[in-house]
Amino acid sequence: MIRKENRMQEFTDLELKLKSVKYRKMLLKYIKQAKAGHTGGSLSCTDILNVLYNDVLNVSPENFSDKNRDRYIQSKGHSVEALYAVLADRGFYPESDLETMCQYQSKYVGHPTRKVNGIEFNTGALGHGLPISAGIALAGKKDKAAYKVFTLVGDGELAEGSNYEAAMMAAHYKLDNLVAILDHNALQITGPNREVCSPYPIDEKWKAFGWHVISIDGNSISELRETLNNIPAEVGKPTFIIANTVKGKGVSYMENEKKWHHGVPSDDEYERAIQELSTEEEELTKQLVTD
Amino acid sequence: MTLKALNMGRANLEEFSATLIELGEKSKNILAVTSDSRGSGKLGPFAEKLPEQIVEVGIAEQNLVGVSAGLASADKSVFAVSPACFLATRSLEQIKNDVAYSNQPVTLVGISAGVSYGALGTTHHSLHDVAALRAINNIQVVVPADNFETREVIIAAAKSEKPIFLKFGKKAMPTLPRVKNEFEIGKASTICEGSDVAFIACGETVAPSYEAAQLLEKEGISAEVISMHTINPLDKQAVIDAAKKCKVIVTVEEHSIYGGLGEACASVLMQEQIVKPFKIVGIPDEDTVTGSQGDIFKHYGITAEGLKETTLKLLE
Repeated sequence: MIRKENRMQEFTDLELKLKSVKYRKMLLKYIKQAKAGHTGGSLSCTDILNVLYNDVLNVSPENFSDKNRDRYIQSKGHSVEALYAVLADRGFYPESDLETMCQYQSKYVGHPTRKVNGIEFNTGALGHGLPISAGIALAGKKDKAAYKVFTLVGDGELAEGSNYEAAMMAAHYKLDNLVAILDHNALQITGPNREVCSPYPIDEKWKAFGWHVISIDGNSISELRETLNNIPAEVGKPTFIIANTVKGKGVSYMENEKKWHHGVPSDDEYERAIQELSTEEEELTKQLVTD
Repeated sequence: MTLKALNMGRANLEEFSATLIELGEKSKNILAVTSDSRGSGKLGPFAEKLPEQIVEVGIAEQNLVGVSAGLASADKSVFAVSPACFLATRSLEQIKNDVAYSNQPVTLVGISAGVSYGALGTTHHSLHDVAALRAINNIQVVVPADNFETREVIIAAAKSEKPIFLKFGKKAMPTLPRVKNEFEIGKASTICEGSDVAFIACGETVAPSYEAAQLLEKEGISAEVISMHTINPLDKQAVIDAAKKCKVIVTVEEHSIYGGLGEACASVLMQEQIVKPFKIVGIPDEDTVTGSQGDIFKHYGITAEGLKETTLKLLE
């Protein structure tokens, strides 16, 4: 069921693709300025956040205190730069605020904080988002509210045991209003997940916990829209979406390179990244005009 | 003034569960969240009367606190109930981030606190919870002494817009007298007034402090007893006033002598340049002796006799 009534604005896939490029340029700009940030993971989850905030969540600056708003909890808090870019674009604050990111006395901290308009919970320590989201989803069930709760989890984060405490409990309470999206870029700070401490098989684990598991291309706007707008995927079960993504997505030399986990580009690297993204932007714009 | 003999009340735990039923019957928004701890939390009757208002998460304290924070963010009035030994530090990071830093008004209820589970051993003792939580911003820490304070703090917690950690034991507690029959979080409660020794105590050590005051009275020594139920934010003025008024100060707590009420009081007094004979009575930094709560209190001098001896030595 696509809840069109909740959409702020209808975008085409192409328009959303353009937004992703814009967000990637924005987050690189502010990471460069702040000389700090989690570049690779922010780039991998940009498309997910884009689709959530522009096509799925009934969340806007106007309804942010409405009890019936959908909730988004970013468990992989370190990718906050992508979230800051998307929230600025959605009008929660002026983009110029991000000039202060990570600077002395700025409220734009290096992990999500409720000091920033649009952010639900203070996260950043891993393994916290799912229990919190399960609590909100349970409150929704008790109140017979229609809202849904989405949380974004990192794949390295799957080693945190608290995730499985919440996984068990969410299935027990049949929280089909709860969605965990795994940003499966397959890399963590030390290297490939598989080599650090393998979380695999991921799908079978979550199925065994009683979740409905779906695997998609997490950088595909159309697959994300299709999947995230069809919740619950199975009545009576929470949904676990393995969003297969590319760490560093959109910047050729950053893709699948662990050093960009929290690498900050030099002046030259930044110029190259912006050039690549601008080229992509021009091509997409041409298509938009043609369409 | 002759100090009155004390009447026995019920366990603070029982007072808590009775009060929670009352609140729960008035408001559907009150939820008790437990980690397979409804039995030890005396929440059986609550679960029977209000089955929709108890949430069981299984033996998973991290999830207990995370889920509670989520529920609170959706406007539920949440009491997360679990043995203090697990609740306070197994889920310390959830308390710090999901509750305190995210400012979710969860009430964390540490049951069977201190050495209530005395004979079960150190795994089940909670002598470090106050020390851990005092260093976290934005969480009130309350240790009620008797049924009156327990009831009052539960009522206050249900209305509070700030996170609270509170803890108590499971042994019946005497009903303490009070100079003023009032309760406010963050405001010390004077049990009796005196001028030679000030006992600044919290939780289940207030009663033995009062009994020590009775023993000392017979020897012509006047004792002030303060129930410092709120350790954070500490009623600094009450500490200063008591110390100025009395010749010696004895702090008493069912907690490690490190990082608890005693050190909090010492810090206030040193920074006010008030230097008087001062003794922290609590559980020393050692492998805690085996025994019931009563045995352990006796072993470490947390009894009327023990506190009297400590006072007499300080007054020498």
